[in-house]
Amino acid sequence: MKPFDLQRADSLTHASQLCSERNAKPIGGGANLVDLLKLEVERPDRLVDINRLPIAGIERMDDGGLRIGALASNTAVAVDDDVRSQWPVLSRAILAGATQQLRNRATTGGNLCQRTRCYYFTNIDQPCNKRAPGSGCGAIDGVARLHAVLGTSDQCIATYPGDMAVALSALDAQVEIASANDRHRTVPVREFHRLPGDTPWKDNVLEQGEVITAVTLPKPVSGRQIYRKVRERSSYAFALVSVAAIIDMADGLITRADLAFGGLAHKPWHDPRIAEALIGKSPHEALFDKAADILLEDAQGYGENDFKIPLALRTLKAVLAEATGVQL
Amino acid sequence: MPITVNDRTHDLPDDPRVSLLDFLRGHLGLTGTKKGCDHGQCGACTVLVNGMRINSCLSLAALHDGDAVTTIEGIGTPEDPSALQQAFVEHDGFQCGYCTPGQICSATAMMDEIANGWPSDASAELTGEIKPTPEEIRERMSGNLCRCGAYSNIVQAILATQEAQS
Ligand SMILES: Cc1cc2nc3c(=O)[nH]c(=O)nc-3n(C[C@H](O)[C@H](O)[C@H](O)COP(=O)(O)OP(=O)(O)OC[C@H]3O[C@@H](n4cnc5c(N)ncnc54)[C@H](O)[C@@H]3O)c2cc1C
Ligand code: SF4
Ligand code: FES
Ligand code: FES
Repeated sequence: MKPFDLQRADSLTHASQLCSERNAKPIGGGANLVDLLKLEVERPDRLVDINRLPIAGIERMDDGGLRIGALASNTAVAVDDDVRSQWPVLSRAILAGATQQLRNRATTGGNLCQRTRCYYFTNIDQPCNKRAPGSGCGAIDGVARLHAVLGTSDQCIATYPGDMAVALSALDAQVEIASANDRHRTVPVREFHRLPGDTPWKDNVLEQGEVITAVTLPKPVSGRQIYRKVRERSSYAFALVSVAAIIDMADGLITRADLAFGGLAHKPWHDPRIAEALIGKSPHEALFDKAADILLEDAQGYGENDFKIPLALRTLKAVLAEATGVQL
Repeated sequence: MPITVNDRTHDLPDDPRVSLLDFLRGHLGLTGTKKGCDHGQCGACTVLVNGMRINSCLSLAALHDGDAVTTIEGIGTPEDPSALQQAFVEHDGFQCGYCTPGQICSATAMMDEIANGWPSDASAELTGEIKPTPEEIRERMSGNLCRCGAYSNIVQAILATQEAQS
């Protein structure tokens, strides 16, 4: 591990100031960052300990929504009474990720910013445009089982690996961000992570010095909430494909279809055309096939991950069937 | 602020790179906590921090000032084992024993989590009382790998301890 200087932030402004200087990074639980420091994938000059900032709370907002502080642990969010009863897809997504030990340590901000599990990214002897811009992408013609089938570029085909953010995307949550000049901004989770394009080293829209302070959920909506995660083993594994869904029905017709997908792209995938195709229709298998066609019309496999395309189709159909009570 | 480990206070290391695991083993000589993978993938390094189980390999010691850590040495001794430790002996919950300190720290916290009604991925409902079924225990203990494959006896040892306590 490369030497770094560790500074503790005692206010949000202080944190952003410390983070904007030199090659600095905030550290939450360290469950991702410490791993990458050991591998020398991350080589910061400074780490900023944000753990003593007063941003760990979870509170109801006046509009009925929920404000989750960036330091709230994955466990605290998953077991929160309001989350369990009003936004269950979020509890389910978090509980499907990692293990109790890791979730106890993982923070909401750190989980959102966790980096890809691409094997070339984590091995400094391999080419990787995300870790070493311009060195090439080892995965495109290599081992690509975990990799993306949507929104890829010829520079990078990595996936965003997390579960929580997929549920946050389905729930249309917002990310609150602070920066050194006290310029605060709010970004929808759906626009927080990026596609790789020509700048695959940028996972998300955060600029140097910006720190996530909270995630907010809009007020609860009615409907079935489901998180379905398909993985290599039934626990303690990242998603190959996952679906977060909030589906509501009235008089036999679909009235809400908020869907987001994990394991398919460099970001939690959300395609508003899917809801448009489903809303106002009575649920049946051909309609589900149409939704899957919309999702996957531009999907492209890279050999080893070709299986994700039919897997995503089947997982989406299974979730829609479960949510609407249709027999496939 | 110093760190408290098994009720004794210690100064933290000067080098911020030291993991909590290396601090416990290398600096304090508490070698009961094991290093399996050093990357969060096996659970051998599980300890309790303020009562919550974490992987000590992925946590920087310097971030733990003021925290209270319990390692396997603080859970019981050969003369005075905890109920769970006793049950691991009675049910052959280990073979080589390398994963065992992590398993026992993990299971100790897991029993509190079940008592608190915290759901898991295996729970049919997110609310309500949790029945400690083998399925629940396997999911909740999935962060502790055992190369010897003592899993079924580990589940038996935990179930027996749960039953004795309820
Ligand atoms: C073996 C293993 C299995 C796992 N399985 C899963 C899984 O199945 N699903 C899943 O979703 N996750 C999984 N994880 C990932 C784990 O949940 C993340 O490592 C964890 O959530 C990261 O949170 P943290 O607080 O520890 O972040 P850190 O490690 O502290 O930070 C991660 C990144 O976020 C940045 N950061 C942290 N806080 C902020 C902030 N407030 N503002 C801006 N940037 C910030 C850091 O600079 C760093 O770049 C797994 C991890 C391991 C080791
Ligand atoms: S897919 Fe992206 S992260 Fe993986 S090797 Fe290619 S550039 Fe690097
Ligand atoms: S040594 Fe920490 S999880 Fe393996
Ligand atoms: S008893 Fe040998 S690894 Fe578990």
